[in-house]
Amino acid sequence: MRVALFVPCYVDQFYPQVAIASLELLEKLGCEVVVPKDQTCCGQPMANSGFANLTGGCDTNFSQNFDGFDYIVGPSGSCILHIKEHHPSKKIRESVYEICEFLVDVLQVKKLDAHFPHRVGLHQSCHGQRGLRLSSMTERNEVPFSKIAQLLDMVKGLDYVLPARADECCGFGGTFCVTEEAVSVRMGQDRIQEHVVNQIDYLIGADTSCLMHMEGILRRQNSNVQIKHVIEILNHHA
Amino acid sequence: MLNHAEASEQFIQDAERTTWHDETLWFVRSKRDKASKVIPEWEDLREHASRIKDHVLVNLGQYLVEFEAKAKANGIHVHWAKDAEEHNQIVYELVAKHGSKALVKSKSMLTEECHLNSFLTKKGVEVVDTDLGERIVQFRDEVPSHIVLPAIHLKKEDVGETFHQHLGTPKGNKDPQFLTEAARQHLRGYFLAADVAITGVNFAVAETGEFVVCTNEGNADMGAHLAKVHIACMGIEKLIPKRKDLGVFLRLLARSATGQLITTYSSHFAKPREGQEMHIVLVDNGRTRQLARPEFRNSLKCIRCAACFNTCPVYRRSGGHSYHQPVAGPIGSILAPNFDKKSNVDLPFASTLCGSCTNVCPVKINIHEQLWFWRQDLMKDGLAPAGKSLSMQGMAWVLSHPKIYRLAGAMGRFVVKNLPFLVNNSLNPWAKQREMPEAPKESFQSWYQSRKS
Repeated sequence: MRVALFVPCYVDQFYPQVAIASLELLEKLGCEVVVPKDQTCCGQPMANSGFANLTGGCDTNFSQNFDGFDYIVGPSGSCILHIKEHHPSKKIRESVYEICEFLVDVLQVKKLDAHFPHRVGLHQSCHGQRGLRLSSMTERNEVPFSKIAQLLDMVKGLDYVLPARADECCGFGGTFCVTEEAVSVRMGQDRIQEHVVNQIDYLIGADTSCLMHMEGILRRQNSNVQIKHVIEILNHHA
Repeated sequence: MLNHAEASEQFIQDAERTTWHDETLWFVRSKRDKASKVIPEWEDLREHASRIKDHVLVNLGQYLVEFEAKAKANGIHVHWAKDAEEHNQIVYELVAKHGSKALVKSKSMLTEECHLNSFLTKKGVEVVDTDLGERIVQFRDEVPSHIVLPAIHLKKEDVGETFHQHLGTPKGNKDPQFLTEAARQHLRGYFLAADVAITGVNFAVAETGEFVVCTNEGNADMGAHLAKVHIACMGIEKLIPKRKDLGVFLRLLARSATGQLITTYSSHFAKPREGQEMHIVLVDNGRTRQLARPEFRNSLKCIRCAACFNTCPVYRRSGGHSYHQPVAGPIGSILAPNFDKKSNVDLPFASTLCGSCTNVCPVKINIHEQLWFWRQDLMKDGLAPAGKSLSMQGMAWVLSHPKIYRLAGAMGRFVVKNLPFLVNNSLNPWAKQREMPEAPKESFQSWYQSRKS
């Protein structure tokens, strides 16, 4: 299966290990992975700031890089949701997948050669959870499900826990994290607090932006808890 | 006036109180979860309610005319107010006609929206809010911080002190039972003396011309049943077609608002009792303007349950007053720009767009999407803070040009990696309470190109 890997700009620049894990895992699962060279950003930072009218350049660039692919896969729920909801091309909107969603729904992965003998806290990022429906949400009266948990269950040695308020936002929120700095940080601190009481070694999630925000707070607190993307866990073998 | 970010920063300075506020409202959200999950058809009920309201909004004119005719036939006087000023004037004239110097008022967010209290006070009429929470904030010369729990920003110690000052309760007494009893005795005198009672309206039934007022304290009933004149103030969007629709809305309202199975008093007012005058004031105040905006129309479906407040992680940590509007929280943030864009430009940005509000909403208002649409609308109107527009244009330009992006990325990482004092200082809001991400030695794209070769 031919897959185009979409690497969001900040993952490319600050978290290359997440993109590397995505590439390796997709290849391991038999995909032919293409990484379009001139990709940059989905345009969400402008759109969520009220400047959707300025995303034309990003939309065009995205099209130039990804036109013609049936599967455009990326390790960031938020960016994928933006493309799915706002990209002008119907074909592209229908071809983008968040990577966990792709593994479960398209590749229908049933087992993984992964080993990660640690206790981790799973952060369910809002755009992945409520936007892309990667898992059920506590707001609704619905049968519980989780595509991410389904994948994590295939990892040997892994012990993952959800915090008390399982789907509370971490407070990143794009430019919200600087325009509403006080609330953003307070939300992040509360989120972390509910995770660390569970004695975790790692805080994991499927959206690197949320993890970047919480990592910033964890490091300021001199915490030993580290962050990892779900895909890094799924690609990990001792 | 402080904007939402500034006011929140002040609120959060009291870390302990913020924790308490967050946990208290989360407790209400949890009660709502329990009450909604025992009903297997909950999601169908939401869908049903949403469709009824959509239907009403499409046929609003027709239902208003039907309601007016039925209400008049029942002996109720019907008044129309195009805005807050007209509404206040109508109420004042009715009060003045009866020579009343004091009136009792049960909870009505519409009268808050119209600033009726200050209008009447200036005219020499004493307004006594009879909802316990509203009476507390009225004593303190504050406004409600929550539309269902008006004094939720206060702890029992605060209430004890307020009652000590205004009702003479013993200093230091913070016993809820004792304080509530003091409020009851205090309010009783006003109930008995008032000639005029004002109530809000939760639902107005077009089919019958009746209206329904929901309270847990029975204060609307105490007022309306004792006074010679009952004035009910309602926004024109409060209509429902038929009485049987109440079976949908009353179930959703109580469970969504407080997690109760039913509100303690759901009182139906169909006609004045003998010797009583009953008035309804139907108020537009910007609602038809909102109705004409396709992206924002369905904000008018709101039944004011405040479930979106209780679930909102931002509201819980910033308090209702940070929204500087009578209706705070996520729903307030999509209603406020309709009244005035410029002074409310901060509100649609007071959200992470997490989407929790949309999914608790009993009438399925797409609140977080409307926040996004308002952001676009307000920025298009040129209301961006200084510098924002320019920096957005710069960012959009860099991200549209792959070569420039790669260069800027390499420089950005260089800065983070080599000159931490440049970025890790107090002028950078990210770094005030967070570390910057650690810069890797190369980007993914550069790693990938060397891997290929």
